[in-house]
Amino acid sequence: MSSGPSVLTPVLSDNWDQDRCWTLQAYEDRGGYRALKSALEQQPDALIDLVKASGLRGRGGAGFPTGMKWGFIPQGDGKPHYLVVNADESEPGTCKDIPLMLASPHTLVEGAIISSFAIRANYAFIYVRGEVLHVVRRLQRAVQEAYLAGYLGKDILGTGFDLDLVVHAGAGAYICGEETSLLDSLEGRRGQPRLRPPFPAVAGLYASPTVVNNVETIASVPCIVDNGADWFASMGTEKSKGMTLYSLSGHVRRPGQYEAPLGITLRELLELAGGVREGHQLKFWTPGGSSTPILTDEHLDVPLDYEGVGAAGSMLGTKALQIFDETTCVLRAVLRWTEFYKHESCGKCTPCREGTWWLVQVLQRLERGQGSEEDLELLLDQCDNILGRAFCALGDGAVSPITSSIQYFRQEYLAHLEQGGCPFDPAASTLFATAGAHA
Amino acid sequence: MTEEGFENTPGEVQAAGLDAETIGELRQIAARYPQARSALLPMLHLVQSVQGQVTPTGIETCADMLGLTAAEVAAVATFYTMYKRRPVGDYHVGVCTNTLCAVMGGDVIFERLKEHLDVGNDEITDDGRITLEHVECNAACDFAPVMMVNWEFMDNMTPESAVELVDALRSGAEVRSTRGPRICTWREAERVLAGFPDDLADEGPAAGPETLVGLRIARERGWRAPEPQHAEQSAQHSTRGEQ
Repeated sequence: MSSGPSVLTPVLSDNWDQDRCWTLQAYEDRGGYRALKSALEQQPDALIDLVKASGLRGRGGAGFPTGMKWGFIPQGDGKPHYLVVNADESEPGTCKDIPLMLASPHTLVEGAIISSFAIRANYAFIYVRGEVLHVVRRLQRAVQEAYLAGYLGKDILGTGFDLDLVVHAGAGAYICGEETSLLDSLEGRRGQPRLRPPFPAVAGLYASPTVVNNVETIASVPCIVDNGADWFASMGTEKSKGMTLYSLSGHVRRPGQYEAPLGITLRELLELAGGVREGHQLKFWTPGGSSTPILTDEHLDVPLDYEGVGAAGSMLGTKALQIFDETTCVLRAVLRWTEFYKHESCGKCTPCREGTWWLVQVLQRLERGQGSEEDLELLLDQCDNILGRAFCALGDGAVSPITSSIQYFRQEYLAHLEQGGCPFDPAASTLFATAGAHA
Repeated sequence: MTEEGFENTPGEVQAAGLDAETIGELRQIAARYPQARSALLPMLHLVQSVQGQVTPTGIETCADMLGLTAAEVAAVATFYTMYKRRPVGDYHVGVCTNTLCAVMGGDVIFERLKEHLDVGNDEITDDGRITLEHVECNAACDFAPVMMVNWEFMDNMTPESAVELVDALRSGAEVRSTRGPRICTWREAERVLAGFPDDLADEGPAAGPETLVGLRIARERGWRAPEPQHAEQSAQHSTRGEQ
């Protein structure tokens, strides 16, 4: 029996503590592939309607309604359709899809088969980043098992539905998490974004109608088929339905994965995680990866759903809650993220390629305690020339940490100038800092 | 095409090109896709597994097979950071120095390893065993500071455990990933990424302790998702943020 209201609601993570949960045997023992059998008895359009009714929104960061995305795929157009699962999890701080695929790859495979059936695709891909070897192994094995069980291949379970599913390993490029870059990469090209429109639903992989969905989104489909749209929508908030994986990392006592209904707050999550590490206080945090503007201890009670975080001036993103305590220099953190964006800028468009390079120059100068207060205005001006002017969201993401940190920690930037360098001791921020170390 | 930017060490690279078996496997990769060019990334992973790096020969072979120019393939090979144009050690050791891992200790670990191995970033040790590189976020932030060996997770590292790790790798001792199997060589890892499984999928745990932290709390407190048949009743318990 439940003791009090269920603050955490494990669904996707519910089988992760089961013995050998990555195997087909273990997955089926807990009702796995039951949803597939029931889905294949329905009309594809009924499944699209079901997902629409559930309120499921994209878990990769943008929060676009999944059923609506599926509904954009033209039907009866005579072209092949494709499902591409975005498993290129690379947004700094984000660490939910990788553990999901490591522990229960069949949840994703089952979701991919149902989703392909719904959009009438006979070919599907899991584009997984190459830097996670064991996840690639577990996916390869799960797909192999699914073929042998008759869940993939020709005439699946005697229904006449054919589907091939390919596990495709990337080769190291953050930009490939952007859906149109991912498609170019999957076509064997440099991963650079495409101009939209046309959107992938109309002209995606090989210029054919394509759905690109995040791992957690597709993995959420089997439980919706199993338990119904109303069940899914009974969790979460008015416009942000269902349960989701929140990932806590950094200066917390118990970092890790916490699956809860959308709308839980950081205060509640921190309480479960044992709070900020002993003797320290929360300074700043990201709600959903480094591309989402940072928040502070003023925002502990913001509902972590798409609307709540948006109203607080940030974005829910990937629900990657990176927690930093008062020993952390915000300028050091922001500079490192900016160096990342500079490195990962694909080079296609000028505002991002040149802009991120200049942002690093100015931030480095400030971190060394050189430059002047006017450099802050220069930084904001540079950000203004990137935001909304870059080809894809990478440029927008690159300015988020800078503008938000200047908004909340302007004084700390100035302290670097006053002291002629960084006023923080980086050793105090480390996990292995000697007890009692202070900034 | 120019060979500028490609560094060959005599004896490391098969000068005579790729053998018939490899050519056959490259064709197998191409056959997995509706359009053969989609196979280019895994094909380059296979080239690395056979030749220890992306070689001009490997580029030309892929180009011929896919009906592309060598320049088109080189443009792809130089875009992605996992493709190497210099010989890589038996063990590619990555240290995450993106913000969160850096703050939690990744910077200290990386400095310690550079000193201990006497190499700079993206350089190989004199004995050819280890290539050290700082890497970007590897999606394991709840285990920070994180290292990767041949793209297997090494979680919750310290400078001391990092030094012990590379010493063990150099001595040839068996090393296991904290969330994976015994560590294979870099070339063997590249073969798996090309889509040729090595049968190690069942090794290692399902999850690390951090992965299960929320689930364990839910189990202790009897928390669960609403029962499907009682969806409306349970909604009152689970719906948050509307108070």
